[in-house]
Amino acid sequence: MSKKILIADDEQNIVISIEFLLRREGFEVLVASDGVEALAKVRAERPELVLLDVMMPKMNGFDVCQALRADPDLSATRILMLTAKGRDTEVSKGLGLGADGYMTKPFSTKELLAEVRRLLEM
Amino acid sequence: MKAPAKLVQAAALVSLFLLAVVLATIAVILTGGADGSADGSLQGGRIVALVLLTLAACAVSYRVLSSWYARYVNAPLRMAEDLAAMTAHTGLRLTEPATDELRALGQAANHLLAARDALENDVAERVREARASLEEERSRLAALMADLSQSVVVCNLDGRVLLYNQRAKQALSAGPDGSNAELLGLGRSIYTVFDRALIEHALERLQPVARDEAGGDGKKAIGSAQFVTATRAGRLLRAHMSPVLGGDGQPGALVGDLPVTGFVLVLEDVTQTNERHARRDELIQSLIEGGRGPLGSLRAAAEMLSDFSDMAPRQRDRFLGVIRDEAGALSAQFEKAAAAFSNDLRERWLLEEILGVELLAVAARRIGEQGHGEHRPLVVKTEDVDESLWLRVDSFGLLQALRYLALRLQDEYEVRDVRLSLKRSGDLAQLDLYWVGTFMNNEVAMSWLQDPMNIGSESSPLSVVDVIERCNGEIWFQRERVSHRAFFRTMLPAAEAPKDLPRAIVPAAEGERPEFYDFDIFHWSSGSHELDDRSLAELSYTVFDTETTGLQPSEGDEIIQIGATRIVNRRLLRHECFDQLIDPRRALSPQSVKVHGITRELLVGQPVIAAVLPPFHAFCADTVMVGHNAAFDMRFLQLKERQSGVRFDHPVLDTLLLSAVLQPNQNTHRLEAIAERLGVSVFGRHTALGDAMVTGEVFLKMLPLLAEMGITTLRQAREASERTYHARLKY
Repeated sequence: MSKKILIADDEQNIVISIEFLLRREGFEVLVASDGVEALAKVRAERPELVLLDVMMPKMNGFDVCQALRADPDLSATRILMLTAKGRDTEVSKGLGLGADGYMTKPFSTKELLAEVRRLLEM
Repeated sequence: MKAPAKLVQAAALVSLFLLAVVLATIAVILTGGADGSADGSLQGGRIVALVLLTLAACAVSYRVLSSWYARYVNAPLRMAEDLAAMTAHTGLRLTEPATDELRALGQAANHLLAARDALENDVAERVREARASLEEERSRLAALMADLSQSVVVCNLDGRVLLYNQRAKQALSAGPDGSNAELLGLGRSIYTVFDRALIEHALERLQPVARDEAGGDGKKAIGSAQFVTATRAGRLLRAHMSPVLGGDGQPGALVGDLPVTGFVLVLEDVTQTNERHARRDELIQSLIEGGRGPLGSLRAAAEMLSDFSDMAPRQRDRFLGVIRDEAGALSAQFEKAAAAFSNDLRERWLLEEILGVELLAVAARRIGEQGHGEHRPLVVKTEDVDESLWLRVDSFGLLQALRYLALRLQDEYEVRDVRLSLKRSGDLAQLDLYWVGTFMNNEVAMSWLQDPMNIGSESSPLSVVDVIERCNGEIWFQRERVSHRAFFRTMLPAAEAPKDLPRAIVPAAEGERPEFYDFDIFHWSSGSHELDDRSLAELSYTVFDTETTGLQPSEGDEIIQIGATRIVNRRLLRHECFDQLIDPRRALSPQSVKVHGITRELLVGQPVIAAVLPPFHAFCADTVMVGHNAAFDMRFLQLKERQSGVRFDHPVLDTLLLSAVLQPNQNTHRLEAIAERLGVSVFGRHTALGDAMVTGEVFLKMLPLLAEMGITTLRQAREASERTYHARLKY
């Protein structure tokens, strides 16, 4: 069975590429365009991995991350944060809030894929 | 008469007297012996004769002795009195006494007096010289301070202001709403402007540096301290504090063995610098963070396109669309940042405002200076100069560029005269350097503009283009074949005339000190005395006057104008004034309009009394208030206490009462009359400030007269005032 990944990002232009890439790699891909939708989709669809953008409308990535980690049922969900802010302080905040990995835009799609595979232990 | 003759005269007189006595005695004896029997009547006649003779002798002796007394006893006594008077005043001489001995003594005394006068004149001359040189130094200091672009304030250890420049006044006197609160003034406390703790902390920080450095190489030194603080008007100031060292024996605190008597604050407005830094940070941040998103999308899309070349055409188009969008967005963002940055860059060069016509005059002079090499000096003319045009340029660089181009024309094309012109062209200034005759082709001109500016002994690593770019301008070469003219044209942004040029220090009248300075307050110490026992001479005063709608404060009459000035160290500070019109929110009585000439129209839009009294209260801080018939004005002020929230509980002196103390027999104590009696010229009366000035002058004239009456402290002045009849008047 193919693994399920949720892409939560309001930037359509990056979603297009990541979605295309992950589908080509055989993953099942879901897309959410804001924080609230992302949280709902995680609860409903139980993806193994969430690619979480920090700057999103309605609820930002940090808050989504915190909400996910507060729910024991979802503890198995891996979280990879993607952000346009590359400050060290933010990286540490994301990891501190329970994210499993952190990538700063612009990133190489190959590295993204490698990170996705690492987190899914593939 | 010579002394020996006098001796002869005296001897003759004494001999005559003795002779008379002897003759008389002989006569008595002879008549007694010849007669034997006592013949009463004969004897009586003899006695009478004897008595008469004795009386005659006495009269003669008296006359002679009294003339001697006048000459030899009285005259020296008079001379002694004259001499006593002469020791007090110069230029007086003893009149020649009648007698030779005293004349000799008088001459000797006159010589002494002359010698003493000469000595005094000499001393006075030296004092005057010393004072003149001091005055010159003061003026030099004043000029220097006026020119500084920073604010400078000098205070003694109590925080009393001893000196400040115009910049400081501008920077520190502005209130939060842009009003001018006049917080800075001689003798005022710096703590009305800055937090006391802040200054004290900075003073403490001077100390450790002193210790460290003193320990180092044995040299005595005290460091300085810095702090950043905000003014009431919300500007950010960076302050640099350094100590004022006193000479030996001057009172002051010891910092690392050195006596400190005060401190200098050099203040710089860093609001703009800080804003600029913040703006630049923001710009960089937005560039970096704003770029990441679009770049991420671009990179991902590009990688998809290259990694998966087998994708469907529809998919490929989507990726190409992403690339187009994001590249466009990124370009726009870059343009925005570049524009913001160039604005910022513009401010970083030391560009200064200069009046175009001035720049051209200097340029003409510099280009036409002594011929360089074997050339004769170039002829330079200025034409078509817009005299109102201000430029914001690196004037040194621009002058260098113009000179370089002109001299190179002379060197390589034997141009003998060049013209400079400056015109306005929209928002730009057009500066042309042109000449008639030979000219070069475009390539040569381009290379001139881009070569480092080396001409004669002057060399610069910069090119003309560098300099012009630095001034945010453009320069190019152009020729007009028809007129045989060629020119280098420079377009520069026109600037606004600068608004805050440091105002020149107000020139003091001859013999007067500029009023921004008063070092004498160095020896002043607050808090050491109760105000009441302070000497009148050392107190600071606020001399004030008000104009009102009428004479009945308790029946609703209101203040419409307050004028005040200050007296510090017995000097009237004409430049530290408070002058404010006030909207009374009621009608003016026609009689009052006749007195002060202030009409309703003048008062519309002026602040109301409740807004004016707090700054006026601050202006009066730490001073004794002085007014003419002050009770009247104080009554108005005190009736407004609740409304304005400030209490005028300052000590008050009234020139009307003091006049009654000084001249109890005069019929009138009107201000004009007193001014006339004391020799104060009156002008500008019946404006509040004008009256306050006259009152101040009158008060200053009164101080020495009061001192003569033994009234030297505030307490004595108040008590004497209370005793006068007028004090019983109540308004």
